[in-house]
Amino acid sequence: MRAIRKMALAILVLVFAASLCAGFLAPASYSVQFRNFVSSPACSRFWLGTDELGRDRWSRLLYGTRVSLILAPSAALVSTFLAVMVGGVAGFAGGLWDRVICRVIDLFLSLPWLFLFLIVRALLPLNASLLASVIVTFGIMGLVGWAPAARIIRVGAQSLRNSDLVLQARACGCHGLRLVLVHLAPSLKAVIFAQFWIAIPTFILGEASLGLIGLGVAEPLPSWGNLLRELTNPQAVTSNPWMLVPLAVIGIVVSCFQLLLPEREFAP
Amino acid sequence: MKRPLILLAITAASLWGQWGGEVRFCLRSDPKTFNPLLVEDEASETIRYLTGGVLLRVNRASQELQPELATSWKITQHGRAITFHLRSGVVFSDGTPFTADDVAYTVQALMDPKLHSPTGDAFRSAPGEVETRIQAQDRVTVVFPGPVAGLDRLFDQVAIISSKSAKKESAVLGPFVVGRYTPGTEIQLDRNPHYWKKDASGRHLPYLDSIHLDIQQNRDIELMRFTRGELHLINSIDPEMFNRLVKVEPATVHDAGPSLESEMLWFNQNPSAALPDYEKGWFRSQNFRRAISGAVNRNDICRVVYLGHAQPAAGPISPANRVWFNLKLQPHAFDLKDALARLHRDGFRMENGTLKDRDGHAVEFSLITNSGNKAREHMAAMIQQDLAAIGIKLNIVTLDFRSLIERISQSFRYEACLLGLTNYDLDPNALMNVWLSSAANHQWYPSQKSPATPWEAEIDRLMQAQAASVDLAKRKNYFDKVQEIVSEQAPFLYLVTKNSLSAVSPKLHNVQPAMIRPQTYWNAENLVLEPSQLAKNGR
Amino acid sequence: MWLRRIARHLTALICTTLIAGLLGATIVRFGPGFESDEQQLDSRLSNQSLQALRDSHASERNLPTFYVRYLGRLMTGDLGVSRSLARPVSQLLSERASVTLELMGLGILCGWLLGLAFAVPATLLRAPIFDLASSILSGILLCVPTAVLALFLYLWDGPVRFAIGLLIFPKVYRYARNLFADAYVQPHVLAARTRGLASTRIFVQHVIPWAAPQLLALAGVSLGIAFGAAIPVEVLCDLPGLGQLAWKAALARDLPVLVSLTILIAGVTQIINSASDVLTAAWPPERV
Repeated sequence: MRAIRKMALAILVLVFAASLCAGFLAPASYSVQFRNFVSSPACSRFWLGTDELGRDRWSRLLYGTRVSLILAPSAALVSTFLAVMVGGVAGFAGGLWDRVICRVIDLFLSLPWLFLFLIVRALLPLNASLLASVIVTFGIMGLVGWAPAARIIRVGAQSLRNSDLVLQARACGCHGLRLVLVHLAPSLKAVIFAQFWIAIPTFILGEASLGLIGLGVAEPLPSWGNLLRELTNPQAVTSNPWMLVPLAVIGIVVSCFQLLLPEREFAP
Repeated sequence: MKRPLILLAITAASLWGQWGGEVRFCLRSDPKTFNPLLVEDEASETIRYLTGGVLLRVNRASQELQPELATSWKITQHGRAITFHLRSGVVFSDGTPFTADDVAYTVQALMDPKLHSPTGDAFRSAPGEVETRIQAQDRVTVVFPGPVAGLDRLFDQVAIISSKSAKKESAVLGPFVVGRYTPGTEIQLDRNPHYWKKDASGRHLPYLDSIHLDIQQNRDIELMRFTRGELHLINSIDPEMFNRLVKVEPATVHDAGPSLESEMLWFNQNPSAALPDYEKGWFRSQNFRRAISGAVNRNDICRVVYLGHAQPAAGPISPANRVWFNLKLQPHAFDLKDALARLHRDGFRMENGTLKDRDGHAVEFSLITNSGNKAREHMAAMIQQDLAAIGIKLNIVTLDFRSLIERISQSFRYEACLLGLTNYDLDPNALMNVWLSSAANHQWYPSQKSPATPWEAEIDRLMQAQAASVDLAKRKNYFDKVQEIVSEQAPFLYLVTKNSLSAVSPKLHNVQPAMIRPQTYWNAENLVLEPSQLAKNGR
Repeated sequence: MWLRRIARHLTALICTTLIAGLLGATIVRFGPGFESDEQQLDSRLSNQSLQALRDSHASERNLPTFYVRYLGRLMTGDLGVSRSLARPVSQLLSERASVTLELMGLGILCGWLLGLAFAVPATLLRAPIFDLASSILSGILLCVPTAVLALFLYLWDGPVRFAIGLLIFPKVYRYARNLFADAYVQPHVLAARTRGLASTRIFVQHVIPWAAPQLLALAGVSLGIAFGAAIPVEVLCDLPGLGQLAWKAALARDLPVLVSLTILIAGVTQIINSASDVLTAAWPPERV
């Protein structure tokens, strides 16, 4: 398994490096339209062919990887952090705090957040940079996506509340934030990491789903989300199978994240 | 030559027309209403067309007005009044007789100011009440408070409702009647057993037993179902799907040529808009607008976005509109040199690849359009690249439709907008509320208290003159001038006129795809299914 | 004590649901485009008709008044009339609920069955190859947008209703697998193993009871995930369910529909999560 983890890490580093060097590796900018080569197949000039506007798919994949690979983990970090704070406090504090926070979590899960994306998009300044709009999109996903993870972390924290570990720490005079950070959080590490690693592809796909209904990253900036939009035309996919390459890249990257996750080894 | 042949073909078909069967096609959404007087969306319009009986009908193929429930008509009082002689022996779908009372009732209901019907508003040329005079059971005169341009053609949209029937709007005079409606899923239209039209052999039409409408928004799924034979027609098909179908079943697709739909771009010229003064100056400059227009490669848009199924637009009227299109007009040519020359005249200059105005502001603005419309998003991306060639930075902002409407109609917080125009009617009088400077739909600067520019004042004068005249030649002359002013001043940059594309199963006969809506089933009463389809439908 | 607990949950449920409805209404009411209508672009409409269109929103402009009136009608089962579809909201919800319930229900059931079907053997067999293959499969399924998966299934005559299951399965598998692995290092499980108990018995009698509270929490969360996925699946595949209704209502700023849906979702989410909490509390404490 160590060899597999090393391989996964190597792939991730390679993909990340390639996306950072998109400016050098991409034969053209992500927005340049080669209008005489619209929807063309893969060839020596266009390694993955071109899309409906004649834009080089390989270039767009490189730039899109950069957007998604940096921003999705950032959004996952934000949401996981919020989930740990909220869920941790609720689970550990118990009593009225727990009840109130649970209601807040339920409230959060019920509100029409899709609508929030509609609104935020409509409220952005007209000449906001593409990067700003992307950051806002992923930022909102991070800010609203913490609730499911918070519930799970809460249960984990609850089970630790009366555990020997915590009782002993308290007996040694450890309280409050120190208790949470030094004793609780490490015990919840597995759960927290699992939520974080699951959140990354969730946010990537969340952005893709938003893109499918017109609320994703604004064109012409590519992201994995709007590259996957081409897949809503299955007939086109069967005749242009290189459209599946972005999906394959996502699959490989997410699988590598999964393999890198310090999976719980079964006790011998 | 073509028309007699078509008529001959229809007659021949009707002589051997197979009776029965069910035609299936899709609606993109649930109809918002089954009240024919309140129709405002496409799905409701389909139901109205297939179930409603009208006094006069615009033949979608010939674009000529023909008698329907009225055998003849006469316009008098300089376009203020119209007298109809009604067809006798006609009954509603529930057996109630059709008389002049029903026409009067329908008109009064339609023109009720509280109804706010788009169909009714099309008749409103002047304030005041509409009078209906019943001279006989088969003769009725409608008198309007002011002349109504193209008065007779407007009755193509007015489905007559019964004044006596207990079923109210459910009693219809059209070839089909609503049989079953499952919200979100389907609508079944059954043959109207009392439909008045007969074929050459004297049998009551329609040939079909029923029309089944599935509510389907996803076009990929619609196409898949069509190729599997589950649907008999796709009334309006995307260029990309058209090309896909051409490779597989070339006999099923039809390109009827330019439709009445076009795409256009305009700049916000509203002085109260929250934009910097220098930007307002740009947008109000004719040279600026013409330069932008000249920098956009319309041929590329037609080729790349519409895959050749569109043509560069010259103005608000489609070349398919044989009566009203100004033949002298040409689309603005793609000419970067001319564009830069125009900009130079207004003091713009290039600096390190960036266009700057006389005060040194880099020319950068945003273009809003509605999200979810792939063609418009692609067009915006192409315009962005085209304008980059003359140093202009264009930012594309896609918004959901309501947010977009709020910006262009209420808050005016936008710089440029890309949208489409659908002409409901061939007669340009239907666009009165776009061209009059005082109108709310005068998009670039709505609801003006007085015309902001001499050319807008001139357009106001010409539009009012054509509305007040009943002489077609004079009206054409006035509107030709409007088109010329619009082409010169470019308040709207007309980009492309889309072609009317449809797909029809070879098992469905007598379909004559036209470019006016509804393109494929405008002669629904004459549509005939092949015998093999009748067996499939259980007859 | 149980009655008190249930009463407490009920009170909290009602309050939270009402707050959710108000917040949902606030978001819609003050979002851009609330008073806009596509009809405004119809060039046939006169200025008076356009004004009448704007005035038709008058009853919804004052949010507190609207919400109080809405709650008053809610008591009699009247959820108002949809502005965009011109039909009673209660009718719309009842027509569409079955489609969404089927989609979500089958999705959640399928996702859990598959997730546990992979997680349990992975725990019991401890075969690295099986573990790796399951991880890769769940990883792949995590990468495909559910809506695209559903569309592909639809177009190739596959079972669309299980699309959501393929979204939930990797989450359940991953979480359950780690949870079971954690369970095996708990003292009581180690003790059971040293006593030579059979692995199946250890799993059923010691691992599952320990993991159950957290699995129950995940079950509650699955509902939110399933409804979130239902929207793009129903929109893309044209399934006339509540998700499609929510999307259409959001685009149309249909306040009565969105408030009703928010209250419905808030109520159901809380019932499921409260049930999960009650069951967790009722679960016999582990011998640690």
